[in-house]
Amino acid sequence: MRSYLAEFSVISPRSLDEALWALKQRPAPAPIAGGTDLMVLLNAGQLPPGAYLNLHSIPELRRPIEFVNGEACFGALTTYADARRHPEIRKRLPMLCLAAREIGALQIQSRGTWAGNIVNASPAADGVPALMAYDAAVELSSASGVRSVALADFYSGYKQTARRPDELVTAIRIPVPEKEAVQYYRKVGTRKFQAISKVLLAGIMVLGKDRRIKKIRLVYASVMPYTYRARAVEAVLEGRVPDGAAIKAAVAALRSELKPIDDVRSTAAYRLRVACNLLEEFLSASSPSRGEARRG
Amino acid sequence: MSRAVSDTPIRRSSDTSQFKSVGKNPPRKESREKVTGKAKYIDDLTFEGCLYGKTVRSTIPRGKIKKITFEPGVPWEEFTVVTAKDIPGKNVVALIEMDQPFLVETEIRHMAEPIALIAHPDKGLVEKALTKVRVEYEELPAIFTIDESLSGRNIQRGRDNVFKKYHIQKGDPAPVFSRPAIVVIEGEYWTGPQEQLYIEPNGVAAVATPDGVTVWGSMQCPFYVQKGLKPLFNLPDDKIRVIYCVTGGGFGGKEEYPTLPAAHAALLSWKAGGRPVKIIYDRMEDMWATTKRHPCRTRVKTAFAKDGKLLALQVDATMDGGAYLTLSSVVLSRGTLHAFGPYACDHVTIDTRAVFTNSPPYGAFRGFGAPQTIFPLELHMDRAADRLGIEPHELRLKNILHKGDTMATGQKMEDEMDIEGILKKAMTESRYLEKRKSHREHNRTASPVKKGIGLSLFFHGAGFTGSGEVFLDSRAGLEITPAGTVRILTANTEIGQGSFTTHSQIVAEALRIPYEMIEVAPPDTAVVPNSGPTVASRTCMIVGELLRRAADDLRDLLIRSSGLSNNGYGPDEFRRAASAHAEKNGVTRVYAKYKPPAGIHWDDQTYTGSAYGAYAWACYVCDLETDLTTYQVEVKDFVAVQEVGRVIHPVIAGGQIEGGVAQALGWALYENVVLKQGVMQNTQLTNYILPTTADTPPIRVFFYENPYPNGPYGAKGLGELPMDGPAPAVASAVAFSLGGKFISSIPILPENICEILK
Ligand SMILES: Cc1cc2nc3c(=O)[nH]c(=O)nc-3n(C[C@H](O)[C@H](O)[C@H](O)COP(=O)(O)OP(=O)(O)OC[C@H]3O[C@@H](n4cnc5c(N)ncnc54)[C@H](O)[C@@H]3O)c2cc1C
Repeated sequence: MRSYLAEFSVISPRSLDEALWALKQRPAPAPIAGGTDLMVLLNAGQLPPGAYLNLHSIPELRRPIEFVNGEACFGALTTYADARRHPEIRKRLPMLCLAAREIGALQIQSRGTWAGNIVNASPAADGVPALMAYDAAVELSSASGVRSVALADFYSGYKQTARRPDELVTAIRIPVPEKEAVQYYRKVGTRKFQAISKVLLAGIMVLGKDRRIKKIRLVYASVMPYTYRARAVEAVLEGRVPDGAAIKAAVAALRSELKPIDDVRSTAAYRLRVACNLLEEFLSASSPSRGEARRG
Repeated sequence: MSRAVSDTPIRRSSDTSQFKSVGKNPPRKESREKVTGKAKYIDDLTFEGCLYGKTVRSTIPRGKIKKITFEPGVPWEEFTVVTAKDIPGKNVVALIEMDQPFLVETEIRHMAEPIALIAHPDKGLVEKALTKVRVEYEELPAIFTIDESLSGRNIQRGRDNVFKKYHIQKGDPAPVFSRPAIVVIEGEYWTGPQEQLYIEPNGVAAVATPDGVTVWGSMQCPFYVQKGLKPLFNLPDDKIRVIYCVTGGGFGGKEEYPTLPAAHAALLSWKAGGRPVKIIYDRMEDMWATTKRHPCRTRVKTAFAKDGKLLALQVDATMDGGAYLTLSSVVLSRGTLHAFGPYACDHVTIDTRAVFTNSPPYGAFRGFGAPQTIFPLELHMDRAADRLGIEPHELRLKNILHKGDTMATGQKMEDEMDIEGILKKAMTESRYLEKRKSHREHNRTASPVKKGIGLSLFFHGAGFTGSGEVFLDSRAGLEITPAGTVRILTANTEIGQGSFTTHSQIVAEALRIPYEMIEVAPPDTAVVPNSGPTVASRTCMIVGELLRRAADDLRDLLIRSSGLSNNGYGPDEFRRAASAHAEKNGVTRVYAKYKPPAGIHWDDQTYTGSAYGAYAWACYVCDLETDLTTYQVEVKDFVAVQEVGRVIHPVIAGGQIEGGVAQALGWALYENVVLKQGVMQNTQLTNYILPTTADTPPIRVFFYENPYPNGPYGAKGLGELPMDGPAPAVASAVAFSLGGKFISSIPILPENICEILK
């Protein structure tokens, strides 16, 4: 432990109001949910000393997963294990379960939260792409009110998010996709489990009766400085039948759209190549000649 | 002669019916304490008034210290601070050479080099204080690669930056290469550094006063620490006491290194007037600052006859030693002596060198140089097979050593050995031939998943190299307790490899008493004799044999003096005789001293003779898949067949093989030490990637037993062997899966496969 604990304090509010009021202080105390990102920094001596806001003491935030109006609703403290265990999530939002089972191992899954994954804003966050592919929205609460931001609009740069320091994520709303939607999820990590992603693709595609693509979402982790929705590729594909020519065009578009990162975990060249391969795998699995997506 | 111990995955000695303990699987001596949490690792020990120490380390690879400033922000007056000026004796680590300081005086030679020490009773405050020490430097140009070191442009060590060189010559390869009708194949190979990654990081505690120094710690070799500390404090042997604590793994990483933190803790304690001081590295410091496996570049040149007969072999290997010699010369020696493989060849030259760079010193790691030279040769054999159009196993069969052949060192193979049998067993168990055929067919389909299978054939010499065991002059002993049981006295540490257990089995067998009547004294230099370091696959074979001999003497003693029957006795009779003896004579200890086996001669000048008393032989087969969507390799099946003399404890032996294979798969496929300015960058387990159980295939272990006359009940060394063979088998199987595209450096990461398929 490289931090000097005497320089840290934790506020444990008894209600959401109290928490939101505490967040009005300057500097605002950073919320601590599962702590699975923050504690790593604390151990490494990289967490700024100061006050932290414990979310576990807030009764309003500890609510189970609910389904309301065709949307799943996660609370601030919903964990990966909560999602994995939920039969409706497994059935209707399967990519969330696939994501959850490949995040850390059981300890992290039982402790880490979806909201923490979103706010931590790591480009390698594994929970975010599936949520984004499902068009999830983030509910942000502060003492001055509640607002909702589409997850796809939440990030603007490396560790840049739409959240203000005085805001808490209080819910994540995830619309259940069309029954016929084809879903694809593949995490390419440094090893099978307990791995940080080098490339990840969460994809969802709805084909019309004419086999043309009505809707498509392609979300990558770990290739750009933040979770990245490949909108230009989506635009290329929308309205087309996912045949060989369409796949080629999509891969070409992806190649010019992505500017992958180079870091200790992998190289830009590898990321680009694998990102293209995954796209091809997804699209060809749902092309007219082939069956279902290999995962999802 | 040889026979398989088991035909199913792992390990039951078949016919050891003449033995009561050897070949059986009694519960490990230390396991109850470990699983109940009673075992005390160094950080579990509490010391009254303890200070916590931290090491201020260099953040440049080379230069001079201009100034050290202790900036405000912490109450410095409460701290104990040590710099080189405070050292009472000599500021050098006593190892092979005296070249490495405990604390830098003026010149820094690598990143993370210790400069100063600080200690305080509040652990957290020491962490904060560490960020308040500012060192100003005058930077000097540094060298980080083998090529830079040998370029002659920046000489920092001797005349040529070369720590040590070896040359082995058998016949004369040069003229063979110009013979007609031969096939010459050349290749360059690279093996990267590897972190030992014991579960428990390095840690020590010390109390030091002019009356004496006591050190407790996580370590492999208490007497190395003792030797290292003597000149530092100008104290004699008996004033420096080193006590082994339960140790969470070593793999060589706690062979020479613990002397540094031990000295640091002792210096702080000395300065603090004898207050106990603990220094426990966290994972990041341990990975950043401590030793790794030596990286090695090897060039291999071979001449083959068209039919695959190996006519000439030239190997040229260069290891990066880092900034101080430490153990590099002996690591290099072992690398040199494993560079020619289990093949008969009339014309061989081996040239090796270890060179200086401004990296933290590379150090001991399971295999100790051998994996680095076995990888190139074995992969080269596969490339040669490919070129010659001969199946890899046939090329090997054509060239393997047989009884009566000589190795490159001139050592004549006199023992019964059956390398061919081992190879064939591995092929049968892995269905090698069948899979080569079916994989080839599969790889012609459109599937993005390609399959590969590869094998390696190799040996590992057990014990110290050449005359090393003679110089060690080891002693081991047995003590009779008042209760009439027997206590083992050796300096050999239990680091997870099971040595307390196998030693107890050997002694129980020799004394013909139950295993439960044997206990093991914790290695403490004040209590045990110096039976040599716990390294080099020597603990069971060499020290075990000393114990067996001591046990013979002890039994004779009790027969002579305490009425133990010469014609067999039960445990109670032994107990009575032993306790009667202890009562009458007080503490009784019997020691045995190392004697070299007859016929073992080694010439250090010419590098000829019997490099090792015993060799373990093995053939490993790796079956894997390469996914061309992600370029990831998944090992599906692994077969490890070896001949290791007598297997003393089949479960422990099997565990050693499985663990070693897993560790070597890590080296081959995952573990990438990212260096910047000579020092590791990825110092966390999130970015230094070890395979987990999910990435590790079933490892099927088969033992052949061919008892070695000079080992206890025939045992030879086996701890390092499994580190040698997996990497070349993996690389060969990857090449197969890629349709013959060889990748000659490890680790083979998905990025490398992606690159080669561009
Ligand atoms: C061993 C290990 C393995 C891991 N494996 C993975 C993996 O495979 N994939 C992966 O993506 N991640 C992984 N992680 C990272 C981490 O577990 C996840 O990012 C997790 O979702 C973080 O959630 P948390 O609740 O623990 O966040 P915390 O650490 O509590 O917080 C993270 C950040 O979010 C903020 N925050 C938390 N909750 C809220 C809220 N309600 N409103 C506003 N801000 C908030 C905090 O202030 C902080 O900035 C791993 C971590 C560890 C230690």
